[in-house]
Amino acid sequence: MFLPHTDADREAMLRTIGVEKIADLFKSLPGEHLFPELDLPPGVTEIEALEELQHIADANETTGELISFLGAGAYNHYSPAVVDSILRRGEFYTAYTPYQPEISQGTLQAIFEYQSMIVGLTGMDVSNASHYDGATAVAEAVNMAYHNFRGKRAKIVLSPGLHPHYRETVHTYTVDSDILLEGEHTPLDAGPQALIPLIDENTALVAVQYPDFFGRVHDFSKLIEAAHEAKALVAVHVNPLALGLLKPPGDFGADIVTGEGQSLGIPLSFGGPYLGIFAARNKYVRKMAGRIVGETQDTRGQRGYVLTLSTREQHIRRERATSNICTNQGLVALAAAVYMSLLGKNGLQQLAELNYHKAHYAAEQIASIEGFELAYAEPFFNEFTVRCPKPVAELNAKLLHFDILGGYDLGEAYANAGLEEHMLIAVTEMISREEIDHFVEALTEVTNA
Amino acid sequence: MPEPTVFELSSPGRQGAYFPEPDVPRADIPKSIMRDDLPLPEIAEVDVVRHFTRLSQLNHGVDTGFYPLGSCTMKYNPKINEETVRLAGFANIHPLQPIETVQGAIGLMYELQEWLKELSGFDEVSLQPAAGAHGELTGVLIMRAYHQARKDHKRVKMLIPDSAHGTNPASSAMSGLKIVQLPSDARGNIDMEALCAECDDTLAGIMITNPSTLGLFDEHLQEVCDCVHEAGGLVYGDGANFNAIMGISRPADCGADVLHFNLHKTFATPHGGGGPGSGPVGVTAELAPFLPGPIAAVIDEGSEEEPPLYSLVNPKKSIGRVKAFHGHFGIMVRAFTYMMMLGGEGLRAASEHAVLNANYIQARLRDTYTIPYDRICMHEFVAEGHWEDAPGIHALDISKRLMDFGIHPPTNYFPLIVPEALMIEPTETESKETLDVFADTMIKIAEEALTNPELLQTAPHNTPFGRLDEVKAARELVLCCWLPENKEE
Ligand SMILES: Cc1ncc(COP(=O)(O)O)c(C=O)c1O
Repeated sequence: MFLPHTDADREAMLRTIGVEKIADLFKSLPGEHLFPELDLPPGVTEIEALEELQHIADANETTGELISFLGAGAYNHYSPAVVDSILRRGEFYTAYTPYQPEISQGTLQAIFEYQSMIVGLTGMDVSNASHYDGATAVAEAVNMAYHNFRGKRAKIVLSPGLHPHYRETVHTYTVDSDILLEGEHTPLDAGPQALIPLIDENTALVAVQYPDFFGRVHDFSKLIEAAHEAKALVAVHVNPLALGLLKPPGDFGADIVTGEGQSLGIPLSFGGPYLGIFAARNKYVRKMAGRIVGETQDTRGQRGYVLTLSTREQHIRRERATSNICTNQGLVALAAAVYMSLLGKNGLQQLAELNYHKAHYAAEQIASIEGFELAYAEPFFNEFTVRCPKPVAELNAKLLHFDILGGYDLGEAYANAGLEEHMLIAVTEMISREEIDHFVEALTEVTNA
Repeated sequence: MPEPTVFELSSPGRQGAYFPEPDVPRADIPKSIMRDDLPLPEIAEVDVVRHFTRLSQLNHGVDTGFYPLGSCTMKYNPKINEETVRLAGFANIHPLQPIETVQGAIGLMYELQEWLKELSGFDEVSLQPAAGAHGELTGVLIMRAYHQARKDHKRVKMLIPDSAHGTNPASSAMSGLKIVQLPSDARGNIDMEALCAECDDTLAGIMITNPSTLGLFDEHLQEVCDCVHEAGGLVYGDGANFNAIMGISRPADCGADVLHFNLHKTFATPHGGGGPGSGPVGVTAELAPFLPGPIAAVIDEGSEEEPPLYSLVNPKKSIGRVKAFHGHFGIMVRAFTYMMMLGGEGLRAASEHAVLNANYIQARLRDTYTIPYDRICMHEFVAEGHWEDAPGIHALDISKRLMDFGIHPPTNYFPLIVPEALMIEPTETESKETLDVFADTMIKIAEEALTNPELLQTAPHNTPFGRLDEVKAARELVLCCWLPENKEE
């Protein structure tokens, strides 16, 4: 399959090489293990493969078939047809890292534009070309802050409102270092101020999320002031769609902005590939990890783009590189660039507001069901936390009979934090008022059943 | 003609996508949380489409021409993969759905794990890592966790051959290890003497790329593994070059303890202009408890009437997650589609022909280019891009001149141990005609290097852009459509 060789080609090629048969090319390999017997099925043609994969896909229930209120870091949004139509251009998706800029200007300029739009959205000065996802972007922020102080400040303050997967990833990344992670067990309803007492002259970074994992839009100004007084850096992790509406972290003093870019037109796809956003103040540009595209000129005097500042990276610096990242999320960053260009200033704001209104309508309706109430008083964007009168797992199992994917069960990740009966509910533009009403009715019914 | 940026195409009041008016009452939005200004472009749909279409036309991809970029396995990316990944049952499922609603997806992950296990000989696979380097970090963390679980705390040394990719030392350094670089011997193998001298009780392990980045299968692989194992170390395999050995040799059979695969190289998933990739990690039974979760597993075998029940589980002593959710599922669907179509024998044939193609080009270029390690190669080989009688010519000039003929250059200046390296990996999906055109062109360029060196030094000539000034880019640092200080303009 996919081999263009004819028998005559093979023969001629072997003759040129000077061997008799293909097996002769493998003579220097350990003989006892050569050509193992493989317990794998025979190949199939495209018709059969598609049929089988369709069959597997059909065994899943989609967010098109179910009414989904699941968010928790991955959101069901509409992606305009333009986005996928551009992504399907072979010139984009069958290229690799643009190390040869003369024949990669398409990728390079698109990433340069992506960087620019991320800068605009976040209020930072510079953006890199992407990290793997929101979790690894946060881990890289921790890494950068630690190295910014040459390892002399070992403490990283993590907000308990950071996505649990991101915090877990940070733990995995830092296990073999002397980095101390604090703050994750501060009380959830005490707000960002609860982190202030942890900040000291040993603190390299304070990392928070905006809106936080529970949907809350905090005012971080006091926390950031305290961090800066101690000369620590602050990383704010964002949902970029929320920034269509909310104050950008650049406005309230963030030094680093990380983000999960999935909400910018990227399909749910069972969790990936998504998009790690990483932007920072200008003075950290040489400390940031990952690829960066810069503007320059060619020999003919034309404006063009190249990968720049590569002396930070592993292929030059090897063990002294700021990170090991090589392949990133190029095509997903392109998708986000197309999405942001298409919606633009007005579209993104309109969409963010639409999400806001739908979520607030849903929150109000749900809070009016007996036994349900909003867990927090802070403003929220398109996701909010509800205290339920029964365990969430029990409600969700029953909601599924109504073809409803209930919200995320916070009892799973925050069992010891008093959130056993709390549901995190996301409402996007994909949910109609009727569906919200249906959800409210179903919730009422399954609670009383 | 350079393409304007999206900001230059912007005009106030335009919009390329619209959303319905709210069907719910508008809620109050506190002014205090709202932003004042959103500096994004304003462009009509048709102009967004034209802009990105024109940009795409400035790219060279596998779909537009030969792409023999060494160590990257730029094989043909089957179109059917782009269809299967977009099936609603794969594209529109949420990672946190109850497992009974995503049995197809978890089942697919499970099957993919099984295929990778069979191809590599490993006992367990985690699909979580996002790319090769991420797989390396994962693997090295697993090695560290293994030693520490045995209270063997003094093992802090990682051996890395001088031909290794930069991600190897960078990944080891990220896990707090001390890196010791190993020289290669005259035949391109790991220098056994240097290796043995380092095999002591501080050894955490070795990171081997086999076949190496020279495209060579290490002739002492067994001794290397034995030596490391005897000292109590572990063997990490960088599977970037797995395309040479599918169905031919299995890393676990040869002594590797842990290895990452690159689904975006070996298993034909597109490289996306720099990603996304996927870097699953395979390990021996001994290391399996340390794998990052979640891993797809059968939790109920089922029966004749009932299908098995799949779930996502976390290994007992897991190093923890290395990213959010379950890995790059979209890449897994593409890779699985590819594997299913090829089947076991087809995958073996793919590797055989990848090796055939590389050896054919090597044979055709041998008389014109210096091949520093000249023996039967695997799926790629390294040539030197310079000649004594053409002193002004560098590998880069050859690369740039190749572009004039519609060919993507080989990997340049890597591996570091070969001067003026041109690392050539044709892959199996290229025809003899394409290989001949490439070889003929390389030979023609070698002649030009003698007769008209300037033609190479000023290349490319036939591309939309000439050489780009990288020094200017690094010195002036324009990283955004506007400069940070005059953003308000
Ligand atoms: C030999 C080798 N190892 C590791 C890597 C890193 O893999 P990735 O770019 O997927 O992170 C590469 C990438 O090209 C490679 O060639």
